[in-house]
Amino acid sequence: MTIPTIVGAGLIVIGAGLGIGKIGGSAMDAIARQPEASGKIQTAMLIAAALIEGIGFAALFAG
Amino acid sequence: MEKLINEFSFGLFFWQLLMFVLLVILLRKFAWKPILNAIESREEGIKGALDAAEKAKLEMANLQASNEKLLQEARLEREAMMKEAREIKAKMIAEAKDEAKSEADKMITNAQAAIQSEKKAAVAELKNTVAELSVEIAEKVVKGELSDKTKQLQLVDSMLNDAKLN
Amino acid sequence: MRKNILGRLLTLFVLLFSFQMGAVEVQYSEEKGATDVKSEIKEYISHHLLDSYDFGLYSYTNDEGNHEYVGFPLPVIIWDDGLKVFSSSRLKHDEGVAEVGGNFYRSYHGKIYKTDAAGTLKMDADNHPEGRVHLDFSITKNVFTIFVVSLLILLVFNRMARSYKKGAIPTGIGRGLEPIVQYIRDDIAIPNIGVKKYKKYMPYLLTVFFFIWIINLLGLTPMGINVTNNIAVTLALALITFLITTFTANKNYWAHIFWMPGVPPLMRIVLAPIELLGTLIKPFSLMIRLYANITAGHIVLMSIIGLMFIFKNWLGSSLSFFLAFALSLLELLVAALQAYIFTMLSALYFGSAVEEHHEDH
Repeated sequence: MTIPTIVGAGLIVIGAGLGIGKIGGSAMDAIARQPEASGKIQTAMLIAAALIEGIGFAALFAG
Repeated sequence: MEKLINEFSFGLFFWQLLMFVLLVILLRKFAWKPILNAIESREEGIKGALDAAEKAKLEMANLQASNEKLLQEARLEREAMMKEAREIKAKMIAEAKDEAKSEADKMITNAQAAIQSEKKAAVAELKNTVAELSVEIAEKVVKGELSDKTKQLQLVDSMLNDAKLN
Repeated sequence: MRKNILGRLLTLFVLLFSFQMGAVEVQYSEEKGATDVKSEIKEYISHHLLDSYDFGLYSYTNDEGNHEYVGFPLPVIIWDDGLKVFSSSRLKHDEGVAEVGGNFYRSYHGKIYKTDAAGTLKMDADNHPEGRVHLDFSITKNVFTIFVVSLLILLVFNRMARSYKKGAIPTGIGRGLEPIVQYIRDDIAIPNIGVKKYKKYMPYLLTVFFFIWIINLLGLTPMGINVTNNIAVTLALALITFLITTFTANKNYWAHIFWMPGVPPLMRIVLAPIELLGTLIKPFSLMIRLYANITAGHIVLMSIIGLMFIFKNWLGSSLSFFLAFALSLLELLVAALQAYIFTMLSALYFGSAVEEHHEDH
């Protein structure tokens, strides 16, 4: 692995981490506000997180 | 990416695809269909039972309500009958009273009339008796006194005058 | 008092564990020196992640310095100038050369290569050996595991299905599995696909969920089975999702790809290739996600377990032991979560494929 690759991978992980973290945080807020809708929120959260994760992995493997 | 392509094993892919498709087909026939059908029919059964229970509850409530209504009606009817009976009783008593009163009145009237007529008859008889007595007395007086004619006439006149008083 | 006993037990446990690890470590360091432990562990991890031609439970070095393997051989099936079948015991764990029908084969890092009688591997410019046999249908450790898991799933769920004949509630293990089946139906299939069309997809969704889950869990056992960290396996699964999506899609789905309703014509032309690419990216991300999650989990877990051998003090080793323990718990969650996400996203894609036309967009 070359240094740019490693730095790039790190950046991808930071970006994906921030994105998933934001999704998770927002989902927590939403669940706290509307506990009765927690099922739907969790589903939406997982889907959004999975999409970001997918892009992150794709970028990691492309690198 | 290159590592991934390098790592790719066609044999594993082939077996996985084959086994998985086979697994889906076999499981669909031997597991998922019966399981899902059983779950569904059970759920439907539960739903049916719940519906039936709800229906029975509703019916029960209806029955109770109609019972209540019937009871209320019966109570009202009884009250009405009692009232009617009371009225009839009162009416009968009043009628009897009226009848008795009128009968009594009638009897009293009759009695009064009878008394009156009796009285009249008694008075008439008394008059007759008085008249006869008067005549007898007069006869005796006349027999005694009627020695002269003037004295006789005088007596007759006075007697007649007296007799008028009655 | 109670806490004290617990603490003592824990200490005892760590002590015993550390002793074992220590014994192994001493042996290693005596043989090759402390710096070699790191490369040994690295080698072991990369080896662990690879497929192998025999079903090995574990291996060790005996007193004479020879590798001893505990396990059983599996058949090697290759197509190279005709079908060739032989036992993997002839490959002798990458160390032997098997002669079949005048050709020589040897395995190297989980792949079969055609070599000469001496078993020399010519390396190309990228340091990869030449002469790989591509049409390799061997019943490898992973293929064998797939067979066993498939059979297990079939037996367990067929048993569960038969138990419904006796009563409305399943008996045995089915009682625990039924809520999961219901969960997949009520919380994955119906909300994403719709109550009208979900039934058609249920067999696939249920199978894929239980298959991935069980095979992920098997990966966490000390048997060293790693099926879902092979891109070939996840590719096969994602390909099935892709094919089902494509072949059950209705007009509305294709209309949304090639001629997006409700946008200007110029935009439609621009959107069409993006949408078309999207249909490929979806299964691709499914494939990569499952592969990467399981691979990353295994690498991290094994590295932390490996730290136990690298650390020479009690504190570091016990720390890495607890870290490994916590990570194992996390991996248990990940095993189920990845199965759930794969099933969930498959259902989502099926749902988009059969979605009816709405006027509101």
